[in-house]
Amino acid sequence: MSDTHTSESSGDVFDLSQFHGVFYEEAGENLTSMEALLLETDESNADDESLNAIFRCAHSIKGGAATFGFQDVADLTHVMETLLDRLRRRELAITSGMIDTLLESGDVLKHLLASRQSGTDAGIDCTELVARIGAFAHGTGAAAPAAVAPVAAATAAPVAASMTEAPAAASASPAAAPLAPGERVLEIAIGPLDQPRLADNVVELFGEIPGLGTIEPSDDGKPDAAQTRHFRVVSTVTDSDLLDLFSFHVSREQVSIREVGAAATAVATPVATPVATPEADQTFGLFEDLPEPVAAGVQAPAAVVVAAPKAEAPRAADRAAPASANLESSTIRVPTEKVDQLINLVGEMVITQAMLAQTGRGLDAVVHQAMATALTDLERNTRLLQEAVMAIRMIPMTAVFNRFPRMLRDLSGRLGKKLELHTIGEDTELDKGLIEKITDPLTHLVRNSADHGIEMPADRIAAGKPEHGTVTLAAAHQGGSIVIEVRDDGRGLNRAKLLAKARERGLSVSDSMSDTEVYGLIFAPGFSTAAEVTDVSGRGVGMDVVKRNITSLGGSVEIDSVEGQGMRVSVRLPLTLAIMDGMSVGVADETYIVPLASVVESIHMTASDVKSVGGTGRVVEVRNEYLPLIRLDELFDVPRSVEHNGGIMIVVEAEGGRIALLVDDLIGQHQVVVKNLEANYRKVPGVSGATILGDGRVALILDVSWLIRRVRH
Amino acid sequence: MNARANAVVNAVVERPREYLTFRLGEEEYGIDILKVQEIRGYEQPTRIANAPSFIKGVVNLRGVIVPIVDMRLKFGLGSAEYNDFTVVIILNLGARVVGMVVDSVSDVMELSPEQIRDTPEIDSVVDSSYITGLGTLNDRMLILIAIEKLMGTAEMALA
Repeated sequence: MSDTHTSESSGDVFDLSQFHGVFYEEAGENLTSMEALLLETDESNADDESLNAIFRCAHSIKGGAATFGFQDVADLTHVMETLLDRLRRRELAITSGMIDTLLESGDVLKHLLASRQSGTDAGIDCTELVARIGAFAHGTGAAAPAAVAPVAAATAAPVAASMTEAPAAASASPAAAPLAPGERVLEIAIGPLDQPRLADNVVELFGEIPGLGTIEPSDDGKPDAAQTRHFRVVSTVTDSDLLDLFSFHVSREQVSIREVGAAATAVATPVATPVATPEADQTFGLFEDLPEPVAAGVQAPAAVVVAAPKAEAPRAADRAAPASANLESSTIRVPTEKVDQLINLVGEMVITQAMLAQTGRGLDAVVHQAMATALTDLERNTRLLQEAVMAIRMIPMTAVFNRFPRMLRDLSGRLGKKLELHTIGEDTELDKGLIEKITDPLTHLVRNSADHGIEMPADRIAAGKPEHGTVTLAAAHQGGSIVIEVRDDGRGLNRAKLLAKARERGLSVSDSMSDTEVYGLIFAPGFSTAAEVTDVSGRGVGMDVVKRNITSLGGSVEIDSVEGQGMRVSVRLPLTLAIMDGMSVGVADETYIVPLASVVESIHMTASDVKSVGGTGRVVEVRNEYLPLIRLDELFDVPRSVEHNGGIMIVVEAEGGRIALLVDDLIGQHQVVVKNLEANYRKVPGVSGATILGDGRVALILDVSWLIRRVRH
Repeated sequence: MNARANAVVNAVVERPREYLTFRLGEEEYGIDILKVQEIRGYEQPTRIANAPSFIKGVVNLRGVIVPIVDMRLKFGLGSAEYNDFTVVIILNLGARVVGMVVDSVSDVMELSPEQIRDTPEIDSVVDSSYITGLGTLNDRMLILIAIEKLMGTAEMALA
């Protein structure tokens, strides 16, 4: 997702904090993908694609950080970007030292962002790191790999003895996963062991204690030369508790624990293990259910030794704890297929529940009272579950529209125009997948409107228009589709200019082409009508991409324009999956759904209210207006056993027109999941889709736009 | 030696295939078992206005909208009655899922290539280009249908 709103910085008037969450999330994703890409990079043969991708990650973080005034993050990413830019231009060859340093920078960034997010000062000094990256970028980084080396050595040195030495300073911790408050990342070395397999028992034991945290081998399960195994542990418990746990399988002096989850400058707190501790198993209060008796004298030294470094620990922890809150995220990313599967399963469950309820009604309420109560509960829970599951996929258009106020504000500054943004229908819900994919094309369209459409203030006044140009974004459900419009009140499209431009480009055009066809020319690749190229648009890339993206979503784009008054681009997307408020209506024995959004009112009616026009046409008078009347039973050829007179008239509205639909009765209003008929069958005239009713039957959803168009022609 | 190798190759290529057999009126038909997703009882579909009479409508198959075609009406065979024994064969034809109403499902049969005879040129409601052959088993005759091809034709009005 490109973050257009973060392209320029300032934000003094505008409240940017509402975008912080998005930034942290995007930055977190960028960091994760940067790390993955870096890890995959082969120094001897790095491909352009991944170098570019890494560059883009750093670049987006930098852009965002600069916007929000996160100077430290911006500074660090800036040097990274400089280095990465030279790498992707092949001005420098990537070395493993660079990869290490970049990975390290990624870790430092994570901490910086985490502390920003939690509103604390990370207390990390990046000067040395910045200098190191700068040295690489200027091709003088030969010394740098050496600077990294001690870190590697410290991690590799396995024996307990090394733990008493302070680890190489200023090395960023390799914390990768987000940590909950109070959690620490520890590197634990166990050895030397006669039987390295014993370490696996420790892992097993660790896993058996709930709430302890996670342990994973950092050595691929193989002991090193000194017969020592290495593990990475994320846990909230103290070192002494861990030692106690491990001592069930290995002796204490074989275990060394080093905290690595602190902020970069925080000196890791090594916990030396008491060398003199007897081999005997030790238990502290935490694991009291263990049978071995505890010798009081044995406990004491351990407690003393552990306590000493711990006195140091809290201070480190003070600084580390906020940073350990490591980009805490309140959302989960889940593949949409999983959600779709859930929706289908819940749909099935609703049907099963309806069947159960049906069966339950046949039972004696007195005898089966408990059963009846349970069925009622089931019904309620199923309904709530269905609502909750369906809501997962749907997000309001606000998610997209929110990006534009910021963008227009920036654009008005850069273009010297006065721009206003209106949004309509931002509550219209759209499938998450579509929202994500429609953002870029819409951004393009809005940018186009601002740059090409809206005139300079002076020109607008001269043309008798308000000084402020207005860009309107409107979204609405319309006949089984969602229509998103980008409108502006600018200069509109000039037919003659378009044709001239097309001829210049060598496109085959003729003066007899319809307006729609002429306007469609702007979707041709490399076509731009802007007199000069600006940094905003006019390079002629864009509209063809917009069109292609929308077509690939199964949608269409239409352009409508009045010269001198503005232009409207309507993007119509199919609702592959959307929840819609529907009114279910009965016609003889059949049920149809009328989209609630198009219903104006419903009126009780008798046969005498209907007047005929020209023999077959029927109209009905509603509030001093004659509306065409469509009898659904005739339209859909519904079989009737008995003649039905009167009924309910539903006034519906779409595409600027109104008609009245005659149905037998109203059944109710409910949310329906729109399913398409085309998947296994085909498009049916007058029907925009289908849905599944509570009893498992299929009901067809009326395409109100089609009905109105049908009356018109 | 060479001949034997050929025989082996032939045996591999022309393995006996399995067919699901069903009845339409007095006739017995067979379709490739691999196209069959499941067999269900008949439930009243939701009628689709202005569709051909053999398209009975659509049903909900675990959240998927599936059209139901009555082959008896399509081929003009047997009486199109719907009772507890009416069976719907759900076909999975790659791109789409379609339900097919038949009188009854008989069994699954294995037919080797030599049991399949060519279809003579005859005038029938079923276009002979969709009949891949006539299978013989004792005194039974199976009309083998290329069901995917048949369902994909314009006259089925499914797409």
